[in-house]
Amino acid sequence: MSIRERFDLELNETQEQLIEMSDYAIAALNRSMDALMNHDIDTALEIIEDDAALNRMEEEINQHVILMIAKQSPVATDLRRLVVTLKVAADLERVGDYAVNIAKETIRIGKQEHLPPITLLQEMHEMASKMLHQVIEAFIAEDIIKAKEIAEIDDQVDDLYGQAIRQLMRSGAEDPERMNQVTQLAFICRYLERSADYATNIAEQLFYLVRGKRYDLNS
Amino acid sequence: MTVSLMNNTVANDQNTAASSNIVYETKQMNLWYGANHALKNIDMKIMENEVTAIIGPSGCGKSTYIKTLNRMVELVPSVKTSGEILYRERNIFDKDYRVEELRTRVGMVFQKPNPFPKSIYDNIAYGPRIHGIKNKKILDEIVEKSLRGAAIWDEVKDRLNENAYGISGGQQQRICIARALAIEPDVILMDEPTSALDPISTLKVEELVQELKKDYSIIIVTHNMQQASRISDKTAFFLNGEVVEFDKTDSIFSNPADKRTEDYISGRFG
Repeated sequence: MSIRERFDLELNETQEQLIEMSDYAIAALNRSMDALMNHDIDTALEIIEDDAALNRMEEEINQHVILMIAKQSPVATDLRRLVVTLKVAADLERVGDYAVNIAKETIRIGKQEHLPPITLLQEMHEMASKMLHQVIEAFIAEDIIKAKEIAEIDDQVDDLYGQAIRQLMRSGAEDPERMNQVTQLAFICRYLERSADYATNIAEQLFYLVRGKRYDLNS
Repeated sequence: MTVSLMNNTVANDQNTAASSNIVYETKQMNLWYGANHALKNIDMKIMENEVTAIIGPSGCGKSTYIKTLNRMVELVPSVKTSGEILYRERNIFDKDYRVEELRTRVGMVFQKPNPFPKSIYDNIAYGPRIHGIKNKKILDEIVEKSLRGAAIWDEVKDRLNENAYGISGGQQQRICIARALAIEPDVILMDEPTSALDPISTLKVEELVQELKKDYSIIIVTHNMQQASRISDKTAFFLNGEVVEFDKTDSIFSNPADKRTEDYISGRFG
């Protein structure tokens, strides 16, 4: 096997590690939302515990990429691919952290009945989760047109975020005793909105990989 | 969201530079060794006080190109050229252009250090003496200035009368650079100047190139991609006698416009 072929093989390995990490991060986000909806404290605790595995995956990707840069001195697309891999891995790790944050809020809410805006949170989660899933597919296929379409969904998530916060404020005004849950759900809204932003970030990274230029898809 | 999905055009500022800053302008230059068409329609502008790297696989014409810039290639009997190479706006192929005059302005350093079998002092003083400088004091000054310019003065100042063969390969190469500097050239051509040197000597020569570009324009042929990316301002990629891409080094190594350039610098062929 030539040195170039071995390098390509290692590049493929890092891509596979990244795909595995994305599956894990998206699953954590989905599970955290299920735990919230079902008042499932046990699952919430598991999610918090399982985050260490996601952090380890990111660390392994970092190590792998740093070694490849040190040993092979990649340039052009190869270099961009490795830099982008590092950034996407960091973004996925953040999504995992939001899943943990949602799990912690779930524990705080406990068995309390959810306030009505919870349905908007469900919608936000569905969109964010779909965006993350699809952006990883676009990333694998290096399909920047699809990546741009996915980034555009972010505006809808932002609208839902605005609506949810307004409804939560109203709920708080109507029933001040439930202010704690208002705050907890508002935080969860924020974590979901940020998760969708990370899908947009990944779309931007794909543009950089393919085009070699930075594009702001968030404006 | 206003992201264009059209292909980007790679900015190339060569054409906008003022002509006074152009050292060499090659226009539709072709070169044949007998029937072998070694350089094809070369168009390039080399700018003042820049390091221009020329990269490409063996046999692509890069050494031929820099040897054409000081007309050394004419030493090969079967060579034929067409087109123009303007050095400071004058065609070096003009019949009345004296090759000695050109080579006074354009120094050259080769792949293997090739000092003369003389003392270090006489190696440096060789060119100035040919140009008629006999005064010992002036020669002393030129020798010191040139050796300092080549960052080797401190290493050899106490052994100027020793034979240049007695020092290390890396030092010999810097003596050759000093020898090129002694005639106060405008341009320095370097043909793989570090390929026979160890990594420390290579680094010294690379640092020297960075220093020298303040006062000279440097054109360097190199097989070492990292070297080209580290020390040059512009890079030209030659393939089969053609310039595939000539652009800022940062662009060439981060986002080349031509797939063949990308394949070469990424080690996919060559």
